[in-house]
Amino acid sequence: MKILIILVIAVGIAALLQLGRVYDLTAKLRKTREEEISFADNKMNAMLWLVFMVLFYAGVIYLFIEYGDYLPVSASEHGVGVDTLMSFNMIIITIVFFAVNTLLFYFSAKYYYKKDRKAKFFPHDNRLELVWTVVPSLVLAIVIIYGLQTWNAMTGEVEDGALRVEIYSKQFDWTARYAGTDSEFGLSSYNLITPTNPLGIVTDDGIEEVTAEIEGQVDKLKMELAYERGLLAAEKEELEHQLHEADHHGHDHGDHEHAEGDDHHGNDAWKDVNMNRIAEIEEMMESDKATVLTEAAIEAKREKIYRLELQLQRILGLDNNTIGDVMEWEAGLDDQVVRELHLPVGQEVEFIFRSRDVIHSAYMPHFRAQMNCVPGVPTRFKMTPTITTDSMRMITDNEEFDYLLLCNKVCGAAHFNMQMKVVVQSEEQYKTWLEQQKTFYVDESKENNESEDVSPADDNVAEPADAGDQTATID
Amino acid sequence: MADHAQAHHHEESFISKYVFSMDHKMISKQFLITAIVMGIVAVMLSILFRLQLGWPGESFGILETLLGKWAPDGVLDRNAYLALVTIHGTIMVFFVLTGGLSGTFSNLLIPLQIGARDMASGFLNMLSYWFFLLSSFIMLASLFVEGGAASGGWTVYPPLSALPQAMPGSGTGMTMWLLSMVLFVVSSLLGGLNYVVTIINLRAKGMKMTRLPLTIWAFLVTAILGVLSFPVLVSAVVLLLMDRTAGTAFYLSEIHIAGEALPVTGGSPILYQHLFWFLGHPEVYIVLLPALGISSEIISTNSRKPIFGYRAMIGSILAIGFLSFIVWGHHMFVTGMDPFLGSVFVFTTLLIAIPSAVKAFNYITTLWKGNIKFTPAMLFSVGLVSTFVTGGLTGIILADSALDVNVHDTYFVVAHFHIVMGMSAIFGMLGGIYHWFPKMFGRMMSTKLGYAHFWLTIVCGYGVFFPMHFVGMAGAPRRYYDYSNFPFLDWVMDLNPIISTFAIIGGAAQLLFLFNFFYSIFRGQEAVQNPWKSNTLEWTTPVERIHGNWPGELPVVHRWAYDYSNPNYDEDFVPQTTPLKAGEEEH
Ligand code: HEM
Ligand SMILES: [Cu+2]
Ligand SMILES: [Cu+2]
Repeated sequence: MKILIILVIAVGIAALLQLGRVYDLTAKLRKTREEEISFADNKMNAMLWLVFMVLFYAGVIYLFIEYGDYLPVSASEHGVGVDTLMSFNMIIITIVFFAVNTLLFYFSAKYYYKKDRKAKFFPHDNRLELVWTVVPSLVLAIVIIYGLQTWNAMTGEVEDGALRVEIYSKQFDWTARYAGTDSEFGLSSYNLITPTNPLGIVTDDGIEEVTAEIEGQVDKLKMELAYERGLLAAEKEELEHQLHEADHHGHDHGDHEHAEGDDHHGNDAWKDVNMNRIAEIEEMMESDKATVLTEAAIEAKREKIYRLELQLQRILGLDNNTIGDVMEWEAGLDDQVVRELHLPVGQEVEFIFRSRDVIHSAYMPHFRAQMNCVPGVPTRFKMTPTITTDSMRMITDNEEFDYLLLCNKVCGAAHFNMQMKVVVQSEEQYKTWLEQQKTFYVDESKENNESEDVSPADDNVAEPADAGDQTATID
Repeated sequence: MADHAQAHHHEESFISKYVFSMDHKMISKQFLITAIVMGIVAVMLSILFRLQLGWPGESFGILETLLGKWAPDGVLDRNAYLALVTIHGTIMVFFVLTGGLSGTFSNLLIPLQIGARDMASGFLNMLSYWFFLLSSFIMLASLFVEGGAASGGWTVYPPLSALPQAMPGSGTGMTMWLLSMVLFVVSSLLGGLNYVVTIINLRAKGMKMTRLPLTIWAFLVTAILGVLSFPVLVSAVVLLLMDRTAGTAFYLSEIHIAGEALPVTGGSPILYQHLFWFLGHPEVYIVLLPALGISSEIISTNSRKPIFGYRAMIGSILAIGFLSFIVWGHHMFVTGMDPFLGSVFVFTTLLIAIPSAVKAFNYITTLWKGNIKFTPAMLFSVGLVSTFVTGGLTGIILADSALDVNVHDTYFVVAHFHIVMGMSAIFGMLGGIYHWFPKMFGRMMSTKLGYAHFWLTIVCGYGVFFPMHFVGMAGAPRRYYDYSNFPFLDWVMDLNPIISTFAIIGGAAQLLFLFNFFYSIFRGQEAVQNPWKSNTLEWTTPVERIHGNWPGELPVVHRWAYDYSNPNYDEDFVPQTTPLKAGEEEH
């Protein structure tokens, strides 16, 4: 294969050189100057502009006809306004597109060079220039006013009683959370994320569990460091060195009585401690718990301990305030965490977007809706779905149609497949569905999980992979 | 002064003439050749990832041969896809269209068109090139490091770009990207300051600001934009480097990744975006304005007509330059920005369309009743006006926040900026090369090959980018490796093989240019002093390159640059050095 490619390149270069030679000869034969554009050439290019214009417009018109209905009718209330605004702007820019390009191509074709003609000396004309400053300004004023009206309408205050749904993103999937019977989302903290608590909802039990988990990890790491052979050997050497030094010291200054006396007193105590520790070290080094780590690994473990301790501090620093009528740590118990977004038709929803790791963007083209999910900075978007999934299936004449929420901010290898199904249904269907969803706090599931290893460190591995994840995991 | 110029001419050794040259004309060639090489790389990268987009999952032997483990079994790996897209964008925006375009033409034309012997500081100018070259090397080298090159898109938003555990491309490759960018900015600043100082201080006698060719006005405003906005990019980049290496948290807060809750709080990823786009938007005009300046010159010369509305053109350049600093928020409508602030950015952004419209209409009026010579440079310049209009118009949709919500980060945006920036600015650059090639190399490029090059390029360019509007409006996000998981997009994805085919043909068409360019450097027809019968000062210098530009006294300027077909004269051009006739009024 490689040889073939080299061959092709070699042949290519040879061909180019040959072309160069031929070219050389013909250029000499022609004897025309490159900068002198012949009448024929000017005319040819002038005509080519017209040909190009026709082909270009034909292509554009074809695209408009074939692909102009780019999305089905908007499935949200504000989307209808957006679509009208879009059509309005599209009509304006399409007219200007054709008009201005046509003038450009037409003038290019018409005024090609002729020897006996002189161009019109026309350096400026204030009236004309005023016209094309004022007319675009007026058109743009309309575009701006109309656009901002639509914008204000869609970004205005949320109505009382709107449904609130939290959308949580991470590499590479989506989770949605409903607030449950108390209509309040429980506090969540990224410090409490575990495989069974992907949103890090704060509860007494959750805090206990993660705290215990972290303490366990810290102990384990400390233990590993305590039994590291290199560290032990170094400590032993240091202790022996101290003993040795002390012996020396004793001999050198043996004739100073009081000093010797002093030494003698201290010696007994610390030397024994040292000796004991040395014995202990020897035993530890013999035991099968002893480990051997590189310096980098030791450093990494120390760093990890430091980070875990910081995480512990952050968890202990969490406050439990009241929201609405409940405490933040209790509000989460009835929250429902799901992998498929269901919305009742005709009901305003306010989305609250959060992200666990990098920026993602929740994009729902059928609802003309999009908002970034930014780690550390919750964002909001409101909309009212107006067409159920079933009706949209009829409208698009497609039994398999589903609304989707897709990720629209590059976020890593599986960005291209980070989606969540959105189902719009009648109020009753929605209620039935919601009732079937588990609440965050379920006694039995809790007990089951306790036996499993839920260390946060194993999070990505242990997390049950759903269909979307399968293709999304990176190697 | 004259002797001085001659003396230098004889002293030069090979090294000081071709390598560590301080002569603006040589530095301009160095920038151009480097940019062409970078451009070749960027085009090839785009063809590689267009193969995947056009025929997803299909195996191409060439991919495996070229990319090895990045394309196992001939199918591009998805991390490699993102790396290719990112480096393609970075090279095109910064190395080809910023460094390459300004570096080449500001260097070549500023001293020549204002009547100066060289740049204010030849030494800084040389440094500017070497920083540029070094940063190019680092950027290219980053393609070969462990984990691959930076992969978060050319805007490298944190936290993705800040956390090595977020993707393979956020490791060493990302660090190199940031280092390369810092060096790049140093190069731009050295260059930019030099351009500003030279234009302000070294104009020849009689070269009033109101007689400056529009090229120089464009380069001046470009350089000012660069000097004011690039330092902000450096801040953004340095803070990002600190977040990556020093454990700071300027852009990071409350992150749980790779199974660990990171000990960073209090930063904001959005801060980075504000800093980035404070450069980023002026940057798009840093790219475009030189191209517009070049095309003003070419269109006027080859229509044999004064540029229409010279003062209005200057006014629009200044207005665009000023406005470009207060519109950056239009890239951030869906970041959770306050809706009222969003409205302000809608307003300022749409204002930019006014000076843009004035420019477009003035170009068209310049053609009206002209006597147009279709040199390849002229074709590219007329093409530029078309793409500038076509691409600028979709900007009006994007600037409307209510509409941007649904097309932000989709292929609609890709279409918009490739037409308005990719095509227009590249057309400006290519037009400039065809037009000033005789000045740079003392020889002519082939006109016929230039025709073939232009027509193939404009057809393929529109063929690639126009359909993307529809792909985007149908809801297809950008920076996706594969769309087959989204059945609702299947029907527009039919366009992808067509787009990719145009891309491949268009890429291949550039071989015509490369051949023409390199062949003509050595074997092209020898140039005459003023081949295009142009008014500007650079054509009063001898064909032979000499240090100091003019063998004798510096020229004295008596009129503006656009006296084409002036009824007071028989010839259809009047060089700027021609004194006004008795009683003649200046335009
Ligand atoms: C009438 C003039 C223009 C207007 C109103 C306009 C407006 C916009 C808006 C609002 C966006 C953000 C879209 C989004 O990300 O959702 C955008 C993107 C962009 N524009 Fe323009 N634009 C105009 C002209 C230009 C010109 C002349 C250039 C370049 C020479 C340019 C280059 C870009 C680029 C590179 C992006 C995309 C950046 C990215 O996300 O990677 N625009 N434009
Ligand atoms: Cu994503
Ligand atoms: Cu912008």
